[in-house]
Order: sequence, then C-alpha cells, then structure tokens
Amino acid sequence: MTHNELPLFYVFNFYLFGLVAIVSALAFVTRRSPVAAAMWLVSVMFSLAAMYVMLDAQFIGTMQVLVYAGAIMVVFLFVIMLLNLGHASELADARGLWWKLAGGGASLALLAQIFAVTRAKLPEAFLLPENTIANQVTRDGAIAPLAGPLFHEYLLAFEVTSVLLLAAVVGAVVLGKRKERAHAR
Amino acid sequence: MLAESLFFSAVLFTIGVVGVLTRRNAIIIFMCVELMLNAVNLTFIAFAQVYGVAGQIFVFFVMTVAAAEAAVGLAIIIALFRHRQTVNLSNINLLKG
Repeated sequence: MTHNELPLFYVFNFYLFGLVAIVSALAFVTRRSPVAAAMWLVSVMFSLAAMYVMLDAQFIGTMQVLVYAGAIMVVFLFVIMLLNLGHASELADARGLWWKLAGGGASLALLAQIFAVTRAKLPEAFLLPENTIANQVTRDGAIAPLAGPLFHEYLLAFEVTSVLLLAAVVGAVVLGKRKERAHAR
Repeated sequence: MLAESLFFSAVLFTIGVVGVLTRRNAIIIFMCVELMLNAVNLTFIAFAQVYGVAGQIFVFFVMTVAAAEAAVGLAIIIALFRHRQTVNLSNINLLKG
C-alpha cells in the first residue's frame, strides 16, 4: 500500500494520542477506586476521539465525545455513586496470583494472535484511491458522506436499532423497578 | 496510519481482556468491556479510511448497541446489588457447584 507522505506534525500527534490512550488504559485497569478508573477510561475515550478525527471520521469523533465520554460514562459514574462503592471490601477486588498469571498468558497469546492477523496482506481489489474519504469530507462536509449510506443501504439496520433501543429502555425500567418486599406473607 | 491504528487497537483490546480476567468488581469488568468495544471501533475507523465509509457506519451501530448494553447491564448490576449488597463477583456464587 502506497502512502503519500504525511506531515511530521500529524504523525507525531497520532502517536502521542495513541500513547496517551494506552497509558490511560493501563492506569484504568490498575486503579482500585471505581471512580478513578472511570476517569481514566474517559481519558482513553477522549484520545480515541482525537484519533478518529485524524483518521477522517470527524462525526464519529464527535459522537465518541458526546455519547461515550458524555452519556455512557456519566451513567457508570451515576451507578457507582448510587451504590456507594467506596468501601474497603469492595476496593480489594484484584484476583489471586493464578488468575493474574492466566490473564497475562491469555493476553500474550491474544496479542501475538492479533499481530499475526494484522500483518496479513490486505485485499487490494477493494482499496479506495488515496484520500477518498478526506476529499469527500472536504467536498460535502463531515456528516453527508455518512448520512447518505446510513439512510439508503443501511436503513433497515437503522430501524432495527431503534427497536433495540426501545427494548433496552423497557428492560432497564423493568430491572430497575423496586420490587414489593415479599416479607409480609 | 492503518498499521499504527491496528497496533494501538490490539494493545487496548488486550488491556481490556486483562482487566476482565484480573478484576472482581462487576462495574470495573463492565468498563473493561466498554474499553474492548472502543478498541474494535478504532479498527473499524482505520479500515474505513482505506476501504470506504461503511466502517464508520458500523461504528455508529456499535455505539448504539453499547449504549443499550450499558443501560441494561447497569440495571442488572443495581438489581444484583439489591439482593446481595455487593458487586464483588466472588460473593455472587449462586450458580457455583
């Protein structure tokens, strides 16, 4: 695959955000307090949003900040606050040595496997010409290249997604409803 | 930037797997699953740059499913906490023989 030369500024920033994401993710899995972990996860999501923007996905980057870092993580923090998970018994949650060894082994195997897969040769037949998406974004704006296919080829998936969201809302309400206590028989 | 994106995505996904395997707090495990979803999204975006915009649309759907999953999963965690007064998975062993 031939790449035209990217500016050094671009490459430097891409690596910078990637490193920030990895360091934040490591901090995230090692924090004991759920609130601190959630904050590090927000940091991961912000750096990923920056990487999306650099990869010509400006709209998805915005959605990442608004939906993931904004809405989903707020729900997580809200549940942590609601359940008051700051006790010592809840904080001592790391598993034993054998689980850690198993986790390390599984992660090494997974990493090796993923690298083996990503080094595979990509099919050249479907490759777009260089900078197709970037040119589209420059010509039509950030949203139009995404909205066109979303409401034509993927319209059925879009509508099914709305049914999924409705089911999720109903499920969350049913699960979250406080049941009448069965003590008074 | 495709190779670099795939590298970062693989590392983030593996960190998520390690988190799921080594922690016992249900909420943190759930957040690790979100991290894995995010890592896969990065792969989709990187491939969308060379193979067409369908990858970005897929990420859109993944985000929607993640939002629905977070709502239902956290409701399950709250229901569990009402029953057992804990989110520590070693204390939730009803199905253990």
